Parts: sequence; structure tokens; C-alpha cells
Amino acid sequence: MPFDLPLALIILFPLLGFAVCGLIGSDMKKPWPGIIASGTVLASFLVALIRVIGLAIMPQNARVISETVYTWISVGALRSDVSFLFDPLSAVMILIITGVGFLIHLYSIGYMAEDHNDPNGRLYARYFCWLNLFIAFMSLLVLADNFLLMFVGWEGVGLCSYFLIGYWFKREDARGACKKAFIVNRIGDFGFLLAMMLIFVVVGSLNYSDVFDAVRNTPQLFSVGILGTIGAATLIPLLLFVGATGKSAQIPLFVWLPDAMAGPTPVSALIHAATMVTAGVYMVARSSSLFLNAPNIQILICVVGTLTALFAALSALAQTDIKKVLAYSTVSQLGFMFMAVGVGAYAFAIFHVLAHAFFKACLFLGSGSVIHSLHGEQDMDKMGGLAKKMKITNITFLAGGLALAGFFPFAGFFSKDEILDAVIHAGSGAPILIACGVVGFIAALVTGIYTGRQYAQVFLGNARDEELYEHAHESGPTMTIPLIILGIGSLVVGFLGMPYLTFIPAWGHVFTNWLAPVFVAGASAEAPSIILLVIGLLIGWGGWYGGVVLGKNAVGVLMPESLRVVSLDKIYTATIVRAGYAIADACRWIDDTFVDGIVNLVGGFVGESAVALRATQTSYVRNYALAMAVGAVIVLAWFVIK
Amino acid sequence: MVPTSFYILISAVLFTIGALGVLVRRNAIVVFMCIELMLNASNLAFVAAARQYQQMSGQVFVFFVMVIAAAEVAVGLAIIITVFRNRETLDVDSVNELKN
Repeated sequence: MPFDLPLALIILFPLLGFAVCGLIGSDMKKPWPGIIASGTVLASFLVALIRVIGLAIMPQNARVISETVYTWISVGALRSDVSFLFDPLSAVMILIITGVGFLIHLYSIGYMAEDHNDPNGRLYARYFCWLNLFIAFMSLLVLADNFLLMFVGWEGVGLCSYFLIGYWFKREDARGACKKAFIVNRIGDFGFLLAMMLIFVVVGSLNYSDVFDAVRNTPQLFSVGILGTIGAATLIPLLLFVGATGKSAQIPLFVWLPDAMAGPTPVSALIHAATMVTAGVYMVARSSSLFLNAPNIQILICVVGTLTALFAALSALAQTDIKKVLAYSTVSQLGFMFMAVGVGAYAFAIFHVLAHAFFKACLFLGSGSVIHSLHGEQDMDKMGGLAKKMKITNITFLAGGLALAGFFPFAGFFSKDEILDAVIHAGSGAPILIACGVVGFIAALVTGIYTGRQYAQVFLGNARDEELYEHAHESGPTMTIPLIILGIGSLVVGFLGMPYLTFIPAWGHVFTNWLAPVFVAGASAEAPSIILLVIGLLIGWGGWYGGVVLGKNAVGVLMPESLRVVSLDKIYTATIVRAGYAIADACRWIDDTFVDGIVNLVGGFVGESAVALRATQTSYVRNYALAMAVGAVIVLAWFVIK
Repeated sequence: MVPTSFYILISAVLFTIGALGVLVRRNAIVVFMCIELMLNASNLAFVAAARQYQQMSGQVFVFFVMVIAAAEVAVGLAIIITVFRNRETLDVDSVNELKN
């Protein structure tokens, strides 16, 4: 019976929270907007949990639930409703979104309470208003059953990201960062829109069921040549991937993510670690059947993911700001997810999404705890030795860090190892993928190094700045409880995807079996080769300890100044941004000259004619009498002549 | 019988003299007298037409015109007296403050 709770509630609860916090939140006393907002997300999580249990008790092949709320667009051939598709994939995503989202809301109650950027306390409710709206849109994104509704959620989370990154809008860096995030996302969205238009042209509908049925039953529809000989079968997946590149920060559209650290830390945890950035992975996974007929695009995705993983991991090694390390780390881990997607190992990619959500959120919230206790200090060079002062943060950060580094037997090890294994196995069909796999292992090594370094630099050794160290203190329970939960999750969630515990039969492949009915057959979930297992193990352990050594000695692997000249940001600024400004200047010139010219002309004309007409107002009565007499004569003459 | 056109002609001449007087003369009372002249010229035209067509309506209308003339004179003289009290002159050219 409770299994019929409408799915729409999952979206409506946070929408209600958005309305309440937005409209009357600023009149409430401090923790109440936060409590209301957390309450709505908790309610969504409970509804989601009940529905997932309801899904789990259904037989494995029938786990697809469709719920329509109302008809939204019905114009000509386009029919797009507000309706939801609930299957194992959306179940996993919605639990992540609402579960981790709830923990982050809880954390934010304490974190945002003492905000030195907000002395009046009036901005507090605004934060929760946007955070709730974000949960609503993200839930819409993963529950939608057609591309157009998913795009509504897609744009919505980008919008909320804009508001939340630019939350402290009086700061220069926040202003620039939020614009940058939105604009770069937009470029990806353009690709997504083109893909949707192509899908509509080829298939005639934007519903998942119609599109995927068309791929399965009438694949010849997709051989339509769009650009010369390039068919829709290639172009649609490519454009979808462009969209994913923007949202999920791959090369070349990742530049917004490091700058997005200008927002509050819980925002970085929720949006830029656990949920929004995984929207791209979700979208590609959902459209898995579309990618089946485009092996070249799949290889492209894997290569882009690999390069992103390595490049971002190396960048993370060179950072001194505690949040920037995690930002580049997110980009790198997303690269791993796309590597998995590229070889068709969608279940492993989603498994990494799950693991990443836990440990990255744990790390971000942990760094927030550190920043909070050091009163806003984010430079790791000034930290050190905090393990003694902040015990809970220390242990949870360690847990998250070990999971990220792929330290056996924690979460990251299983997910990353399975991904790299799948990539290398797929290399039998395409040699370039073997190179990708090797690079992936290198990236995993670097991941361990920078994570170990970060942990050691912040928590181990001796304090580098005595004054800051004096004031450091453990954070309150609203912040530590979510940390503990996420920390335990980081350690434990890996066992869900373990493939090798076949001697405990119920545990083998739990996660991949859950997701199996959703995806078109991609990489098989076979047992990974022992050699790769051992290599992964050694990399995880070795990378971590190597990093710790670097961190204890505060060795940053900084790029020499000469290499800093070339960066993607600088290239973009010199070309696209410059061109944008040139176009804007030209438009302003046209506006000033022509539009303003015409308006001024009209105004001037009115003025001049007024001056001319003023001459008739002589104020002499006899002139007026003469005018009347002349007028009377003219009228009379006209009647006479008629 | 005198042809009606003579009467109309006289009426026209009187009207023209009155109109020109209104436009040319500067003394306000003289302007009023010229206006009366114009009104009476039109009365003459009405009566002449009444005689020609043997209708009483023309003569009745003359009464109406006279009533209007009387009312207008009452109001107009009141205005002239007020203007004179304020500026000690009856020159119509002197009331020229409503300039552009």
C-alpha cells in the first residue's frame, strides 16, 4: 500500500521548501529555514526509500514503473508529459540525491549559521531556498521519462548552481565563477539541445520508451545522413556527449569547476561532487542504447575521459587550496566514470557515481569542517597537525581519502579497479583502449598521491601556523554526524559492487545485478583478472603512502612558472572571451548609433515642431480673433464651393 | 416691394463692418459694440428672409439672438470691468501675459 506513494512527492517536498524558505524564510530565526529545508529533503528520501523497496520486491525483469502526472506539451507530433520513469537506475540516483542531499542540508544548518560574509543573517534562508530547489530539479532530472523533461531538470540544476556558486555575490571571485559556470554549461546544453532536436526529427518523439524502442526495432531510421555522410546514429551520441561534457566537467568544458569553489563548501559537496556533475554520466547511461551503434563515439568518450582523468589528477597535485584539490579530483573521477561509459560498462560507472558521492561529499564536508574551524582559512600551507584537535573530522577525512585513493578494501578500490579492468578487456576490440587503461592506472596512482598528500598536509605533522592552530576546534554535531555517516558509507558502499565474494553467494555482484535490466548489454560483469587486481591494489596502497610522505614534508608538486603560461583558461580568454567582448562592443555601437539615433530623432522632431508651433501663441487677442475669422471664411467658402 | 437682396446686402455690409471693427479696434468696449453690430446684421437677415418666405420662424429666431446677445453682454462687460479694475486700461493688446 505505501508503495503507491506518488513519485511526484519526491519533487514536491523540496519545491515546497523552496517556496517557504524563499518567501518567508528571511523572517524566521536562524536555524529554522535550515530545519525546514532539511525536513523536506528527508521526507523526499523516505518516499524514495519506500518506493525503491517497492521496486525491489518486484520480479527482476519487470522493474519498470511509469507514472504520469499531467500532459505538458502536446503540439503536432511532439508529445511530452510530466511523467516519471522509475527503474533501478533512477532508484540508485534518487537515493543518492535525496540521501546525500539530506546529510548536506543537515551539515549546512551548522556551517552556514556563522557566516562572516553575512552579518545580518538575512542570507541564510536564501541559501536553503536554492539548495532545496536544486534537490527538486535534480530529482526531476533523474525521474523524468522523456528527454525534454530531463532537460528541464538539467537546466534547473545549472540555474541553482549559478545561484549557489554566486551566493556571496559581493565577492568578486564568486561573481565571475557563477557566470562562468552557467555560460560554460550552456555550451554543453547547446549540444544536448541539438541532440534532442535530431532525436525528434529521426524518431518523432522524445520519450525514452519510444526512442529506445526505435533504436532496437528500427535502427535504419538512424542511418539518415545529417552532415553529408555523417549519420544521425553517430551525431546524436556525439552531441549528447557534448552536453555531458559541459555538465560533468570533462575536457574541454571543465574550466568552471575549479572556479566554482568560490561558493560555500556544502554547495561544492552537493552540487559539484555528489549530484549535478553526475547528471552527465546519468544521461549517457540512460541513453545507453543510442551509443550502441556508434562505436567510434564510445571510443572518443573513453579517450576524453582518460585524458581528463590524468590531466585533472596532475593538476590536483599542484594545488595549495584545500578545495581546489578536491575540485580537480572531482573532474578526474568523472573522467573515470566516462571511461567506464565509453566501453559500455554502465553499471560500473554508476557504481563509481555512488561511491564517489559518498567519499567526495565526505571529503568536501570534512574540508568544510577544517575551513570552518580555522575561520575561513583554505590554504593548506597554513594547516597541519589538525589530527589532534579535530578527531572526528580527522577520521572521516581519512576514510574518505582512503576510499578516493583506491586503498583496498575501501570503496574506491572496487569501483576504479572494475572500470579499469573493463577498459582493458574492451581493448581486445580496439587497441587504443588498452592505452587508455594504462593511462587510467597512472591516473589512479596520481589520485592516491594527491589524496595522501592532502591528508598528510592538513592533519599530520606539526602545525605550520601556530595562531590558527590555537583556535582550531572540532565542529558541532550538525556537522560531525553527517561526516560520520558519509565516512562509514565511503568504507562500506564498496562491498555492494564487489565481484569476488562469490563464496558468499548473496553478495556477488549485488549492484551490477540490480542495474543489469536497465542497460543494453555492454561490458560483461566477469571476474576481473588477478593481475590487474594486484596492480590496482599496489597502486592504491603505494600512491597513498607516497602521497603521505610528500604531504608530511609539505612538498607541493608545483609547476614551474614558465609552464603556467599555457592554461585552458588563458586560451579561452584570449580567443572566445575576447571575441565575445568584441561582439558585445559592436552591438553596443549599433545600439548607441542606430537605435538611440532613431529615438533621439523622434524626440528631437517633437521638440523642434513644438518650438515652431509655439510661434502661434502670441498672446494677442486680436491675433486669435483674426485666426477665428479666417477659419470661418475658409469653412464658409468650402460650403459655398461645394 | 423692395427686393430681399437689398436687405441681405445691407446685412452683409453691416456684418463686414462689425467684423472688421472687432479685428481692428483696440478699445474693448468698441469691440463689443462691433460684436453687437454683427449680431444685429444677422437679425436683419433673418427678418428679411421671414418676410420673403412669409414664415414666422425667422422673426422668432431674432428673439433668441437678442437673448443671447443680452446674456453675452452681461458677462462680457463684467469681464471688462474686472480687467479695467486690475490694469486701468481698456486696450485689448495689454492683456498679453499668456505668451508662449
